[in-house]
Amino acid sequence: MPAEIYLNVAISGLLTGLVYGLMALGLSVIFGVVRVVNFAHGEMMTVAMYLAVVLFASLGLDPLLMMLPIAAVMFAVGYAMQMAIINPFISRPEHSQFMLMVAIAIIIVNSLLMIFGPDAQAVQTSYAFDSYAVGPVIVDATKLYAGLAAILVAGALFAFFRYAPLGKAIRACADNYTGALVVGLDVKQLYALSFGLGAACVGAAGAIIVLMVDVTPPLGPAYTLLAFVIVITGGMGSMPGALLGGVLIGLTEAMAGLFFSPSAKSMFAFAILVLVLLFRPQGIMGKKPT
Amino acid sequence: MIARLLHGVPRHAMALLAVVLAVLAIAPVFANDYLLTVLILILYFAYTGQAWNILMGFAGQLSLGHALYVGLGAYTTAALYVHFGIGPWLGMPVAILISVACGAIIGFLAFRFGVGGVYFAILTIAFSEFVRIGFDHFDWVGGSSGLFLPVANYSRNDVVHLRGQPVMFYYVILMMTAVAFVMCHALLRSRVGYYWQAIREDEQAARSLGINTFRYKMIAIIISSGMTAPAGVFYAFYYNNLFPEQTFFILRSIEIILGPIIGGIGTLFGPVVGAFLLTGISEGLQELLANFGFDTPGAKRVFYGVCLLVVVMVLPNGIWPPIARLLRLQRRETPED
Amino acid sequence: MSITRNASTALNRRRLLAGAAAATTAMAAPAIVRAQGGMLKVGVLLPRSGAQAGIGQDCYRGVELANPIFKSIGLPELEIMNADTETNVEVARSRAEKLIADGAQLLMGAFDSGQSSAIAQVAEQKGIPFVINIAAAPPITEQGYKFVFRNFPTAGMILGDAFANQKEVFAATGVEPKSVVFLHVNDTFGTAMKNGVGAVMPKFNMPYTIKETISYDPTARDLSVEVSKAKAAGADALLVVSRLNDAILLTRELVKQRWSPMGILSMGPGWYEDQYLKTLGKLGDGPLSFVPWYDPNKKLSKQLEGALAKKYPGVNMNTNHIYTFEALLVAADAYKRAKSTDPKALADAIRATNITENVSTGPGISFDEKGQNVKLKNAAIQNRGGKLVAVAPKGATNAKAEWPMTAYDKRR
Repeated sequence: MPAEIYLNVAISGLLTGLVYGLMALGLSVIFGVVRVVNFAHGEMMTVAMYLAVVLFASLGLDPLLMMLPIAAVMFAVGYAMQMAIINPFISRPEHSQFMLMVAIAIIIVNSLLMIFGPDAQAVQTSYAFDSYAVGPVIVDATKLYAGLAAILVAGALFAFFRYAPLGKAIRACADNYTGALVVGLDVKQLYALSFGLGAACVGAAGAIIVLMVDVTPPLGPAYTLLAFVIVITGGMGSMPGALLGGVLIGLTEAMAGLFFSPSAKSMFAFAILVLVLLFRPQGIMGKKPT
Repeated sequence: MIARLLHGVPRHAMALLAVVLAVLAIAPVFANDYLLTVLILILYFAYTGQAWNILMGFAGQLSLGHALYVGLGAYTTAALYVHFGIGPWLGMPVAILISVACGAIIGFLAFRFGVGGVYFAILTIAFSEFVRIGFDHFDWVGGSSGLFLPVANYSRNDVVHLRGQPVMFYYVILMMTAVAFVMCHALLRSRVGYYWQAIREDEQAARSLGINTFRYKMIAIIISSGMTAPAGVFYAFYYNNLFPEQTFFILRSIEIILGPIIGGIGTLFGPVVGAFLLTGISEGLQELLANFGFDTPGAKRVFYGVCLLVVVMVLPNGIWPPIARLLRLQRRETPED
Repeated sequence: MSITRNASTALNRRRLLAGAAAATTAMAAPAIVRAQGGMLKVGVLLPRSGAQAGIGQDCYRGVELANPIFKSIGLPELEIMNADTETNVEVARSRAEKLIADGAQLLMGAFDSGQSSAIAQVAEQKGIPFVINIAAAPPITEQGYKFVFRNFPTAGMILGDAFANQKEVFAATGVEPKSVVFLHVNDTFGTAMKNGVGAVMPKFNMPYTIKETISYDPTARDLSVEVSKAKAAGADALLVVSRLNDAILLTRELVKQRWSPMGILSMGPGWYEDQYLKTLGKLGDGPLSFVPWYDPNKKLSKQLEGALAKKYPGVNMNTNHIYTFEALLVAADAYKRAKSTDPKALADAIRATNITENVSTGPGISFDEKGQNVKLKNAAIQNRGGKLVAVAPKGATNAKAEWPMTAYDKRR
């Protein structure tokens, strides 16, 4: 095979991985801070994708521009969900949380089916078919913009958690729950904010992904699984880890598809997951539990 | 041994159980084939729920990939039947063996390396998906185009080869569920059962008491996976076609655990009650919506999700414990237990 | 979404009378109602929700058009009882049982091979005729069933005709590819086709060789790697078996990665569907699809097309509508000849079916002793200006094929 293929595929995998990473970042925040096993993560992203579709279809607004408003809407949704439904489940065993989120996922998926029907909906922007040729390398324009947008959003999130007082408070909460209580932080509020932030993250990711992937109601579960694989691989509770995990999985799948049979490429992601769980369960960039 | 099993069980609980069993045993006389099909489905989920319950409810490990064992059981016996003409009962030990081997591998990898909680759950999903994709490329069992069992005529009921009328299948699954029920009861009463409960409640404390948690968790996953395999055998011979996409699919794993969680994890009746309730709700909603002319696809499942949500929020320990209390079916506490 | 009502108020009344609360009352009655005379009760099983919901709902359009057309050509109208298989084998089976318990005298469905298999078993057990509208897996009619009939080609038949039609197109345009790269989806249909290609292609002496075979996951959202590989194979044309979403994704990637093959030879769904044409516009023209189709020159075809255009303007008539309609056509025709709703009489009548005034390509509808219609012919259709034209086989065409395909960058 010509050499530029490897480069093309690798770049494509990298860019896609960045977007996956952004989606997983949302889960990292939710699971890392609130400690809720969010099995409706992919479904939340599907909702954001449909929002983008509706905005594009009715008002012609580019999803990349709508990223912030959509994220804001998802933030509100996440905040409300946490306060109203999820909060009592934080201290409950995992299987209860799991059931709760499964029930929510079923409701979301089938409501979307009722509202939008089963056909795939696409957002086809004017640049949807563009690509840049740099020498022998061809880069998909949409993927490039998506990757850049993902980096931007992730950067903003990092900055928030590092420098904003609220961000630091949330981190404190995640690191040491009792300590945070002692210091007088309103933990319940912070949890809701965190869930909202995670939802906003996944909302932004959805707005970006809809440029590359057509949305159907049952799209969610595959992405939920992907998010978990990425977060565990990259390191639970580590945000750069989530991005790194996303890139790693994105690259692996792309290269595996190239070298082996594309229909088997998901096997590699799972193989990596198993290896990580066995030999470095805190993930690549996670902190070893004390 | 029977005395030991019956020890401490309140008399009216036994009576109730006998009545339920009797009703189920003569159900085919009154039920039409549609109702039988529904009952078969209920008992199938009650059975798999019981098997899963051993790992989760008794030993406290959340497995979200139990469809793996069903699938392995199904494909093993189906392949043996299609390629070598070996009947399901002869193939079952092989199916159980393969299932147990898989469960043992997962258990060993997870428990030796201290993988628990959510991580364990994700690990089980990963294995299940891995095997699913693998079977998609496994041409000897049909790959993704599926494995079709040759269907014989229906005039005779052939229990040896599991070919026949729904009635025959009904009694087979009823027997399987009853056996599973008794087995779980016995396990709960045994020393293993007590150690499991200790591990489930507080693993650290159990270990500090000298219980070899690794060993007992392994026993749990081995029994759980081994017990799930026969369900796969039943599935293969009842539906007569298998596709990796459907058989190992993660939604199948979720279907298996819905019953026990709704009914009550760790209880004996939980999976059974849960299975009845869930299928009942599902079919009932179907009727209700059809009666009101509501033909919109997806509506039924939205209501189904809402019902689940309500149950999970209002009855976190499942439906059975409050019912058991109401019917005063609890075991009497005796000093030597 | 529309809220449709069951076709029969009599059924609703009976159910309402049976009991106010939902579950148990309707289920407990063991009676199977056998009406003498009156409309034939046909249970229609289609995936209206789940992964195949879109296709199921498309098939349903064929159901809706049936009765008015039957009336106009002197066939009896049918009483349709709807059921949703939810793209799930277990549900398909229990829905089939329920329909029969509620009095269905004939079943029709179910688009998917797995679900159709499950329903076939129930139908055979109960002795209720089951007419399959769409399902290509060969084993279904190899089981020795006496009550199962399939008016749809098997994977082998689809392939054989596909190769024959391809040669016809190459001969007509004078251009033939020397090599192809074969891209296929790794699901039931795709794998059946791939296995079939290996078995069937050598018999046809095709001018091209398959340089590389690439399979991909049906749930894949990103096909850039697959297209990269395909492009790198350096073949003249693209031979493909895919579904609708993959077809759209693949086309996008072809454009983005700047590969315009000599042409696209599709032996499955997707490349001709409305969604494809609408989404891609000019970029959707050109692909040739070798599929079960209708003969545009037949009278009933024109009638069906007209009815479809009136009820659903903008929707192109396709395989889903045609074969679903024809399945009901078989039922109505058999009922007229059998003059009875007794399932055995119906089955015998269906076995003797000989309909020449039909819609699909080929001499007509008749069944061999296995219940398969082996006379069906498949067509070659091409996307042209947002519409579909039939370019092969000779005698059932309404346009000439365009081969090779206009390069993508020349269209933007």
